[in-house]
Amino acid sequence: MSAFLTLLKRDLLLQVREGGAVGTALGFYLVVVALMPLGLGPDLNLLSRIAPGVLWIALLLAALLSLPRIFEADDEDGSLEVMATGDLPLELATAAKALAHWISTGIPLALLAPVLGILLNLDLAAYPVLVATMLAGTPAISFLGAVGAALTLRARRGGLLLALLVLPLYIPTLIFGIAAISAATGGPSGFTASFLILVAISLFSLVIGPLAAAAAIRFQTQ
Amino acid sequence: MLLAIENLVVERGARRVVDGLSFTVAAGEALVLVGPNGAGKTTVIRTVAGLIRPVSGSITLTGGDPERDLAAEAHYVGHLNALKPSLTVEENLRFWADYLGPGSPASVDEALAAFALEPLAMIPAGYLSAGQKRRACLARLVATPRPIWLLDEPTVSLDAASVALLAGRIAAHVAAGGLVLAATHIPLGLASERRLELGIAREAAA
Repeated sequence: MSAFLTLLKRDLLLQVREGGAVGTALGFYLVVVALMPLGLGPDLNLLSRIAPGVLWIALLLAALLSLPRIFEADDEDGSLEVMATGDLPLELATAAKALAHWISTGIPLALLAPVLGILLNLDLAAYPVLVATMLAGTPAISFLGAVGAALTLRARRGGLLLALLVLPLYIPTLIFGIAAISAATGGPSGFTASFLILVAISLFSLVIGPLAAAAAIRFQTQ
Repeated sequence: MLLAIENLVVERGARRVVDGLSFTVAAGEALVLVGPNGAGKTTVIRTVAGLIRPVSGSITLTGGDPERDLAAEAHYVGHLNALKPSLTVEENLRFWADYLGPGSPASVDEALAAFALEPLAMIPAGYLSAGQKRRACLARLVATPRPIWLLDEPTVSLDAASVALLAGRIAAHVAAGGLVLAATHIPLGLASERRLELGIAREAAA
């Protein structure tokens, strides 16, 4: 377990030292959401109706930008191969790296979302729900994204392939994340059911993601 | 402790790189793989480290802790140094010492001293020269004690003094009952090294 925490701490430290990735993702999120009202015009009713969807879709795209970096640097400098010879199973090593991605990218994006909600005239009642659903849903983005990042590790132009592989897997998270927010603002579906399914998807990917990512890495380092 | 490789067959991209290779390395022994480029030295070491799955043949380790498999008993030093440019030499080393096994602050200090890295300890690894990076990579061997060392071209970009440091460390490791399997072009000058000619063994088998 100490090796797991060591790896997690190192990845977070590297994020702080090297920066870049988190700032890019947050900046991309800000720009995409800010473009929406400019493109759609100042119809406040329309904006507040589409706000949950825009915030979620832009968050997925922003997170997608930072996914390749989960394993890329460690593969280039040979760290990944040394990790494969460690006591810690590769499955747990990939879990630590995906968790570091969630803490360093998923949480900041989820916390930025309510600020961007102001740009889209999001209903005030939706703010706590928005943050809650994004915190509950973003682990799935990191852990399923780790599978895509591992599969495209040594592919040239892997970023485009990664988007094709991973975005379809995010559909359930997107549907139930938006359903939970619209339920809180008077939509037809129930909040509890949507939120619980969202949590279930995250827990499911917490288990499946590291296993699949480790298998993909073993295949790639052959 | 005995590392036994029997009838190892490894293919890389439909090409048979290692064909029916057998050898053993016993505790207190250093085996140096030599041979021309493409003879399969790297492939053999990566296969023993568990990074490549062989087509057939067996790699067995007897006499070790039954709870730990071969990969967990072995240090693998490949062509790449596994250093993070934004972390200092000491931070890099401490990470690997903690990650690979029970590392203590004392063992990290000892590893820094073993490869004359103390003056560089606080410098980010990104600013080091190629040879200094290689030394920082090799210091991992000392920071975490493991009985088997799998070294793939460990002397690349090392100067003569550093090669002597490495040879001394390998000799000490072997004298303490460790196993070393190394691929190198530069003679390490060990008293008790066996050599295995890979290219010739392959042609004889074919």
